[in-house]
Amino acid sequence: MGRDGAEGNQQMSEPERKNMLRQGAKGRAVHDIGGLEFGPIDRSEHDLALWEKRTDAMLILLRDNKRRVLSVDAHRRMIESYGEQEYDRTTYYEKWLRSVRNLLVEQDVLTREEIEAKMAEVRAKHAKAGRKAAKETVPW
Amino acid sequence: MVSKRPHTRKPAALSGAFAPGDPVRVAKRPVLGHCRTPWYLRGKPGVVAAVYGRFRNPEQLAYHKPGLPALVLYKVRFAQGDLWGRYAGPAGDHLEADIYEHWLEPIT
Repeated sequence: MGRDGAEGNQQMSEPERKNMLRQGAKGRAVHDIGGLEFGPIDRSEHDLALWEKRTDAMLILLRDNKRRVLSVDAHRRMIESYGEQEYDRTTYYEKWLRSVRNLLVEQDVLTREEIEAKMAEVRAKHAKAGRKAAKETVPW
Repeated sequence: MVSKRPHTRKPAALSGAFAPGDPVRVAKRPVLGHCRTPWYLRGKPGVVAAVYGRFRNPEQLAYHKPGLPALVLYKVRFAQGDLWGRYAGPAGDHLEADIYEHWLEPIT
């Protein structure tokens, strides 16, 4: 996965990434696929990476009564705003991570420029230390 | 006497347009933006199984709005045979879903 440099060596099963043709989907939203033919469900479990646990923690903290930066409903709405291809090929916490980041911008907590500058800084730090940093970024 | 089944009580704050046992139909309408009523239930008949109470409207909360007035939320029971064109399971199988009042229409 490699979202977090420190987790690079951990062995983890990769969830399947595939796009599905939404036959007969009519006016459904991208996530609203109950009853469509999508083949068997992948029920395999995988260990949570550190970045996944951190993403979970960030969501819980940002929706508490002290901060109220986001609600579960806003989080759902942001996840549902993915395009079809991105929705299908991203994992559970990749969807969460994008949502938390975008809601921080939507709610004027951080700017997109601040986040991108920090990402570049962290990537450079890992590169300088000789660690492999993922080239992949989470689309906005 | 205090009822031990709060879902079947009907204090004024909880009561909505429907009561447990009422036949209802989920509205068949498209929606823009966030909505918790799944597509596969739209237009389908069911029966009110429980009244949960009033909750802020998630379709507005999703856009950082207050979500008021709060809406009555129901547990609605659907026969699996009514949901899927070729349901192969036993005839008594059912599915329950949480549906807000503005998505329900009475069946007369």
